[in-house]
Amino acid sequence: MEEWLNWSLRHLSLGLGVMYSLERPVQGQSSCPKDRLGRKRRTVVSSLTEDEELTEILKSYSSNKVTTTKYSFLSFIPKNLFEQLHRFANIYFIFLAALNFVPVVNAFQPEISIIPILLVLAVTAVKDLWEDYRKHKSDKFINGLVCEIYSRKRQMYVDQRWQDVHVGDFVRLSCNEIIPADMLLLYSSDPHGVCYIETANLDGETNLKQRQVVRDLPRQGSELTPENFHSRIECENPNNDLSRFRGFMEYPSKARVGLHNNNLLLRSCTIRNTETVIGIVVYAGHETKAMKNNNGPRYKRSKLERRLNVDVLWSVVLLVIMCLTAAIGHGLWLRNLKDTSFLIPDTTSPALSGFYLFWTMIIVLQVLIPISLYVSIEIVKLCQIFFIQNDVDFYNEYMDSRIQCRALNITEDLGQIQYVFSDKTGTLTENKMVFRRCTIAGVEYPHEENARRLEVYKEDEAMGCSHTLKSRASAKSLSCKSLSCNRSSVSLHTLTGHSEGEESPSPTLPQHSAFSSPMEKDIVPDPFLVQKLNCLSSPLFLLRDASMELTYIVDFFMALAICNTVVVSSPNQPRHVVPEVSRTPLKSLEDIKMLFQRFGLPRFSTLSPPHTTESPRSFTREEDKMLHLNPGAWSPPSEPGADELIYEAESPDEAALVHAARAYRCTLQGRSLERLLVELPGMGSLAVRLLHILPFDSTRKRMSVVVRHPLTNQVVVYTKGADSVIMDLAESPKGAEQSDGRQGHIREQTQKHLDNYAREGLRTLCIAKKVQTSTEYDIWLKRHAFAETSIENREELLLESAQRLETNLTLLGATGIVDRLQEEVPETIEALQRAGVKVWVLTGDKQETAINIACACKLLRTTDQLLTANCDSKEACKALLLELRTEVERGEAAEGTSGFTLVVDGHTLDFALQEDLKGDFLELSRRCRAVVCCRSTPLQKSHVVQLVRDQLRVMTLAIGDGANDVSMIQVADVGIGISGQEGMQAVMSSDFAISRFKHLRKLLLVHGHWCYTRLANMILYFFYKNVMYVNLLFWYQFFCGFSGSVMTNSWVLIFFNLLFTSAPPLLYGILDKDVSADTLIKLPELYKSGQNSKAYLPSTFWLTMLDALYQSLVCFFIPYFAYAGSDADMLSFGSPINASALLIILLHQVIESRTLTWLHVLVLVGSALFYFSFTLVFSVVCVTCSPPTNPLGVDKLQMSQPLFYGVCALTTVLALLPRFLFHALRNSISPSDTLKAALMDQLNPDNYCRRMQHWNQTQAQSKARGLIINVEDLDIKIPDFILPKELKECRAATGSVLS
Amino acid sequence: MMASNYNAKEEDGHQPAAIGHGGAGTVKNKKPDNTAFKQQRLPAWQPILTAGTVLPAFFVIGLIFIPIGIGLFVTSNNIKELEVTSQLIVPCYNCSQSYSWNSTKPCTCSVPFSLDQPFESNVFMYYGLSNFYQNHRRYVKSRDDSQLNGDKASLKSPSKECEPYRTSDEKPIAPCGAIANSLFNDTLELYYIDPNGSRTAIPLVKKGIAWWTDKHVKFRNPGGNDNLTVVFQGTSKPVNWRKSVYELDPSDPDNNGFINEDFIVWMRTAALPTFRKLYRIIHKKPNMTPTLPLGRYILEVTYNYPVRSFEGRKRMILSTISWMGGKNPFLGIAYITVGSVCFFLGIVLLIIHHKYGNRNHSADIRS
Repeated sequence: MEEWLNWSLRHLSLGLGVMYSLERPVQGQSSCPKDRLGRKRRTVVSSLTEDEELTEILKSYSSNKVTTTKYSFLSFIPKNLFEQLHRFANIYFIFLAALNFVPVVNAFQPEISIIPILLVLAVTAVKDLWEDYRKHKSDKFINGLVCEIYSRKRQMYVDQRWQDVHVGDFVRLSCNEIIPADMLLLYSSDPHGVCYIETANLDGETNLKQRQVVRDLPRQGSELTPENFHSRIECENPNNDLSRFRGFMEYPSKARVGLHNNNLLLRSCTIRNTETVIGIVVYAGHETKAMKNNNGPRYKRSKLERRLNVDVLWSVVLLVIMCLTAAIGHGLWLRNLKDTSFLIPDTTSPALSGFYLFWTMIIVLQVLIPISLYVSIEIVKLCQIFFIQNDVDFYNEYMDSRIQCRALNITEDLGQIQYVFSDKTGTLTENKMVFRRCTIAGVEYPHEENARRLEVYKEDEAMGCSHTLKSRASAKSLSCKSLSCNRSSVSLHTLTGHSEGEESPSPTLPQHSAFSSPMEKDIVPDPFLVQKLNCLSSPLFLLRDASMELTYIVDFFMALAICNTVVVSSPNQPRHVVPEVSRTPLKSLEDIKMLFQRFGLPRFSTLSPPHTTESPRSFTREEDKMLHLNPGAWSPPSEPGADELIYEAESPDEAALVHAARAYRCTLQGRSLERLLVELPGMGSLAVRLLHILPFDSTRKRMSVVVRHPLTNQVVVYTKGADSVIMDLAESPKGAEQSDGRQGHIREQTQKHLDNYAREGLRTLCIAKKVQTSTEYDIWLKRHAFAETSIENREELLLESAQRLETNLTLLGATGIVDRLQEEVPETIEALQRAGVKVWVLTGDKQETAINIACACKLLRTTDQLLTANCDSKEACKALLLELRTEVERGEAAEGTSGFTLVVDGHTLDFALQEDLKGDFLELSRRCRAVVCCRSTPLQKSHVVQLVRDQLRVMTLAIGDGANDVSMIQVADVGIGISGQEGMQAVMSSDFAISRFKHLRKLLLVHGHWCYTRLANMILYFFYKNVMYVNLLFWYQFFCGFSGSVMTNSWVLIFFNLLFTSAPPLLYGILDKDVSADTLIKLPELYKSGQNSKAYLPSTFWLTMLDALYQSLVCFFIPYFAYAGSDADMLSFGSPINASALLIILLHQVIESRTLTWLHVLVLVGSALFYFSFTLVFSVVCVTCSPPTNPLGVDKLQMSQPLFYGVCALTTVLALLPRFLFHALRNSISPSDTLKAALMDQLNPDNYCRRMQHWNQTQAQSKARGLIINVEDLDIKIPDFILPKELKECRAATGSVLS
Repeated sequence: MMASNYNAKEEDGHQPAAIGHGGAGTVKNKKPDNTAFKQQRLPAWQPILTAGTVLPAFFVIGLIFIPIGIGLFVTSNNIKELEVTSQLIVPCYNCSQSYSWNSTKPCTCSVPFSLDQPFESNVFMYYGLSNFYQNHRRYVKSRDDSQLNGDKASLKSPSKECEPYRTSDEKPIAPCGAIANSLFNDTLELYYIDPNGSRTAIPLVKKGIAWWTDKHVKFRNPGGNDNLTVVFQGTSKPVNWRKSVYELDPSDPDNNGFINEDFIVWMRTAALPTFRKLYRIIHKKPNMTPTLPLGRYILEVTYNYPVRSFEGRKRMILSTISWMGGKNPFLGIAYITVGSVCFFLGIVLLIIHHKYGNRNHSADIRS
């Protein structure tokens, strides 16, 4: 409970504090005086320096002490007040309070009118203070952490607190320590000068990142001695880019060496796998990249809130009208008054009195502006978020994660989404890359066994999933609903699966091996490829038999194994360091050398025809048999220890390829900065000298490694990348002439296979190599070194340098990696479409892949007509758009198609997004059921979302998992990040972060629907409540000469909204549930009510206002007539009015509520009891208090009289009668879908099932009718035999539950 | 959000000793509790208002309200009430025309009236005023409750709210304020005219007309009830009053000063501009004779209170009361009406239920 309290308070404050935190200047930015002088770099030297000027500079940098608190002890009250006064609501309150101090207009005692504002300010201040204290405590803890700093005095490393770390200090860290500040890595205990850090604290990624000691640093035998460090470091000013660090280090000898991101240890990361590191601090405290990345919470204004603001304005109008009426009435009344003998003699003119009265009335009727509504909404949203976060259905066991709600104020937007923009990779798919098949040298290896294996995994997972679902469902009393669907899914899978179904999947996998689940690791090799490779290791292997093809194959796997940045480790030994001595190869190296040298020659002599079935000479029969019977047995590499190698890759594709290579016994065994240890079949472990890594970037779309080949000693470049790029680069004019036959053939075949892969929905990568002559390499190396050391535009230079190297490539082959669809994606998409949400898929993949995935996830149905738009020029694009539009229009009129799906490629999208074509594009896409944008860039994605959002004025939702989706997520009304394999950028910029795509279904259909209806109803109720109550006071003005009198004690008046009737609406907004979650999931159509804002239309608002008006009339005039002419005094008259108003307001809520739990009862009864006991006690103890409305004896006397109860009962019944009747009539005569669903919820399970099917059936039929489908078609579409079967299952399920 | 997250993570990161790949065991499970509350599955009553379900409610309301209404109506009819408007009678009309606050000589007049039926049980005698806005905001405010509660400090320096009836002749006014200043000061006397023509004064009891709490808690004389003259020394009487507050009822120290019941009744400001206030009680006689037998009566009015200036009217009301207060047929009629409407609506709903109720069970959905 306390946890929840903490949590909610923190979130509440975030919601409230949004405005301030946005305005809060980024600390540290202005603290460096050098920055203001326009200096673009910072200079860092050792803090041990004697130079005073440099010491001065070092002192100007901010220290490592962090203060995230907003207030200090003294500044709290003024600062907090100041911040709170920035809110409009508070200004309004204070204005009213101040107004009450003006004697001519005051309505109540001044101190009473301060209560609301004091209450609001105090609550907020206490909460701010408490939160700030927590921050302070955590700051203190962090500042007090201890690390080792080199001390000049004592000539050794001494323990110091983090806050005493300064720029230029030398810090020594051991394994598993947290880095206190951004520092440059100067020494690592690792012989190769690397160290590993885990950045989970920073971005949530758990894989290890390699960091390197600054290059060319004079190697010391032992640890680095800070005294001898006289270099000067120049680097850029503090910024928040985690992936960039630029600078250089100048040695005393004036030699410069470039500094990369690779040299920087970031604050709050953890040192792993390295014994000791020493670094020099370059950024400290608030200037560290980690602190610079601490943004405030996201703030978005929801659609409902915008609507609400309009109605608040209407309330203001209403208030002004009422006050004006009273003011004019007062003026007229005064003028008609002959002699005010009984009144206070007054010389003010009636007009001026009227003017004064206007302001008095504003104070009296202030409640009409539902200012407390804003606070209530924030509380309700917090609780809604609490429920969303606690939904057990959003829990992911594998990742041990729940949903994260990062934006706190747009929960109800989830219920109004009209367009969903989805990324493909990692969002619809698992982003678990599994090697599926490959083509080498133009020969395709289909890996059939591998495909079968993947099927088995799928079933395993499905079974596991349904197991848990079933057990959960059976715990429910009314489990038929959920059970029936599980049943069907189980039966579906058991049709295809066999014995493996019994296996239960391992429940929890260690988080660290996220990329190496068994599915990804155990790749079943293709037998033909194995045969070919075995030639190498077979004793009968003869050089002359070795074809060119074999060299291709070996090179291909070599590339797979080494062309990456995978970190190798094993549980018992943290890092596989390359042993200096390589074992004796099994085969005579000379033979193999010759083989590779022959390949290295530019001319290709022989051409082995593809798929010439070489007789498996090298195999004995037994081996062959074994291979086919039990392919899995072959794959693990020879030694058992190697089995435990763990590959940690930056991207899952890389891991997949390394695992694939390993399946063919080309095992990457270790990696260091300069060396790679690779085991090749038949050759044993080989150490490969690593010369360069040209990392992957999205412009080049490829990565390369430059190595010295262990056998030939040549410099070889291995490149892997997107097929489009590699295919172009491999096609060199010179190469084309020379290698006319072989390469051309390979290219042709590979392209064919690639197209096939894409059609299958596989991700393709091409592998190529290039042999460099040493002179070529030397020339390139010089320019590359220059690029590496330059500070300014180094990225461009490096890019250019890489491009220079990656030319004239020899195509080796290509791989097809399968990225399986996440579970329940088709179901989710179908449900969203039934809910009236348009789903667009925006992907960077190829068109074929995209269409394929769209088919697989049922975005594209077989009956859909596919429209593809690919064009090269704007004119063509325009013509195409028009043409497609007419086609769609024709198609809409015609029969037979159920919808259109538009497929646009990135190039066309560029044209379509231009100003003059976007109208046509939108018009076209609006008529399509789904749109797939392929080959689109991140920027295009966000442009598309923006276009749809702004032009069509619809609610958009973007969902994605990678950095390339960030802009789209930020642009959309609701951004959802999938916390998956690709880091946390998407999650960091999202409003909600989920772990699977399927969670979107419940998030939108259930929580979205609930949040929206709850909030909308609560807001309406708030307006109603205020108008109803305030009007009572207004009517009284007609009987007191419009003098601003009230017939209620002013405390009761103030508390009526603040205390007596504030809790029930909150509960209503948090817990009300119009339809059960199961039904909402099963009938996605119910979502449409939220999309169309059914719960909160302007008409609903005005209807509610009218009802409030009526109720206030009844509530005032029944007591009026009952007491007219009697001896009742003001307060005795007000007492039954107040009491019946309370009863009406509470019972009104009971009528409006769709669910009443014991909590509701508790709060409702509690509120009523609170009111009555408060007034009773007040009327007994308050002797002279609260003049002029002293309540002494009033309520006590009233409540002892039967007339009081008679009036209350009549008033309450008459006031609620119309609404009660209205609900009953509407629900009987034309019930809404939501109500029908709610009625279904109340049925017994058997009827429920039957009704559900009936609904779905009529749904399908009505859809069919709408599209005028032939009757014959309809008969095929909705086969009758399916329904009874489901019904049977459903019945069986219920039966088992009941029995 | 980020800030706190980041800090929290750092704290977390520092504590667990198990680091590395084997650390999975120590990780806390984040799975939400599968409780009915957190999963929003609390057992709930779902009231769905349809014609079928609300039908009984309407009939029940009808069946309850109509008898109550009849009861109230009958009770109200049994209450005997007589209203005498004094201005209609010539002598009093003259008084009202000529009289003002400044007049020194009281004007007396007598109003004859007759009772058609005898009043049994206690009879309450009210005076009524109309068009008198005792609920005007500035009027209502113009009093000092602590002064009236016997606070000596307030006696000497009354609240500012009493302005301009706070001081007169540099002396504090007790009781201060506009309400006290405008105290109703007519004297009403009731005489029964015997058939033989002789006048019998009807005993009017002037105690017991104020609320018990007002008389005993809210209103107190400063320094108890003794020697009010001394206590109120140094204060001035309200400008419109003829006598000081300690001379309101010199005969009865328990009804003098601030605790004079006529004063207390006046100080309880009426809710509406037409109101009545309890003036005297005519107690039931111990024997079987009616409190007020039928016949002719004379109301003697000592006319002190001017109402003509604001077009007000004065009335005298004689009424018996019942458990539901004075005579008021409205509530009874309203109950009967609402009850009948509910009954009628119940029938309408019954028809609707028969017509639409069955359709409801087919879950067809509007396309």
